[in-house]
Amino acid sequence: MYYLRLVFKNIFRHKLRSFLTLVGLVVAILAFGLLQTVVNAWYAGSDMASAQRLIARNAVSLVFPLPKYYRDRIKAIDGVTAVAASNWFGGIYKDMTPANFFAQFGVDHENFFDLYPEFRTNPEELLAFKKDRRGVMVGRLLADQHGFKVGDVIPVKGTIYPGNWEFVVRGVYEPADDTTITRQLYFHWDYLNEEMRARTPRRAEQVGVFVVQIADGSRAAEISQAIDREFRNSLAETLTETEKAFQLSFIAQTETIIMAIRIVSFVVILIIFAVVANTMAMTARERLAEYATLKALGFGPAFVAALILGESS
Amino acid sequence: MSAAPAPARPIVEITRLAKGYRRGDQDVPVLFDISLVIPEGDFIALMGPSGSGKSTLLNLIAGIDKPDAGELLVDGEDITQLSEAQLADWRAAHVGFIFQFYNLMPVLDAFENVELPLLLTSLSRRERRERVETALSLVGLADRMEHYPNELSGGQQQRVAIARAFISDPTIIVADEPTGDLDRKSAGEILGLLRRFNEEMGKTIIMVTHDWHAVESARHVVHLEKGELVDAPAPHA
Repeated sequence: MYYLRLVFKNIFRHKLRSFLTLVGLVVAILAFGLLQTVVNAWYAGSDMASAQRLIARNAVSLVFPLPKYYRDRIKAIDGVTAVAASNWFGGIYKDMTPANFFAQFGVDHENFFDLYPEFRTNPEELLAFKKDRRGVMVGRLLADQHGFKVGDVIPVKGTIYPGNWEFVVRGVYEPADDTTITRQLYFHWDYLNEEMRARTPRRAEQVGVFVVQIADGSRAAEISQAIDREFRNSLAETLTETEKAFQLSFIAQTETIIMAIRIVSFVVILIIFAVVANTMAMTARERLAEYATLKALGFGPAFVAALILGESS
Repeated sequence: MSAAPAPARPIVEITRLAKGYRRGDQDVPVLFDISLVIPEGDFIALMGPSGSGKSTLLNLIAGIDKPDAGELLVDGEDITQLSEAQLADWRAAHVGFIFQFYNLMPVLDAFENVELPLLLTSLSRRERRERVETALSLVGLADRMEHYPNELSGGQQQRVAIARAFISDPTIIVADEPTGDLDRKSAGEILGLLRRFNEEMGKTIIMVTHDWHAVESARHVVHLEKGELVDAPAPHA
């Protein structure tokens, strides 16, 4: 009791110093938390990756598509249970401000959501989506951010696929857990393909990537190799990898930034330690005579050490 | 060596005490072959030039430091054999300290400063309060109990320190230049208080001082020079 009283009185002995130390620590801890959140957010996409999903893409670059007919050949490979096309659309909603940016994918509407059980859909809404060629499913976060609701029309200006596109919201999918990202829009790849067929036929029948579902996650490497072998020496060789590796390959492009953020966040921690150590040292140095007096009076070294630690923490 | 015929049983018995310090790779001897007996109830003034070893001897008697050689008995107990932790307990029970610069805790008021040594005892809160109030009354600060050190004059702070030194009824009181930081009037009051505690309560006081006025308050004077005891003058009392 007396010890606590002494600690408390000493803490407020130099009010300005205590206040500034506290502010310094709070800012440093907040900065660390913020930086760690940025790093975690960076990896969020890979966190929701499933071990039972592979991504097959063009071996030359993600920029180059794969022929649509690969889908059936991939599906025939041993261990593969389902395949769905997925195509980055890259359209602009309203304007190019970051607040209005969200990912749009043209996907195989019949089975795409079967491959992503972490996207919780309403069966009626999913059915309505499947029936409407212009129908889209939007994630909960995206719907909340822009106020999208079933029946709304979302106008999007195409960039990779030029023209004005209009999508109709047919459903909102919910996240299964915190790692599930719900800030995307999924529409029919068939709709995209039909439009391409009509506008620029040479770009039709082509898919960005194939999402491959496998029965056994432990066979991912073997099946990936089998898929790539299937298309070796073809016009569009594939590079197949796990969904996590695929997501991390995007992060790898910005790895230096991530590394810098990580280093900065740890420097912040070092600063916290330095501030605490400096305050402890300054306090102890200033009060050596007091500690000596306490020891002379019979207070043991443990009491004095506890006093210093108590005032510092 | 005994400074004067012992009026009572010996309370401090020092035999062939030696102490040195190590400075870099050099041994610096401070005290050589000190033998001294201080009787119970005595008031000793330890005098000598700077560097003569007065404070070192006082620290050894008070159990703050340990000698390199020799025997040091306080109230029959050889404190050279005690561990650091045992010495801390021993100091709490047997030694009252008065320092030149008072060494009060600035965050504690006069009452709390005097109460400090009692926190190491098993006394109840009520008993502690009674004792502290009595001690502060004895040093004439009954009306300053809630004052913090920075609200007291130097003389008043030293009186609080004296109350703190006597509060736990220690076997010996050690005072290191207790008037060194005070004006003549305050110094006189402090010495008067020490003399009163010595005469009326029979407390044994060992005081290091350079002040000849302080020496006049002591019963005996012990001179140290270059780490050795020299003949002490005749007692005043």
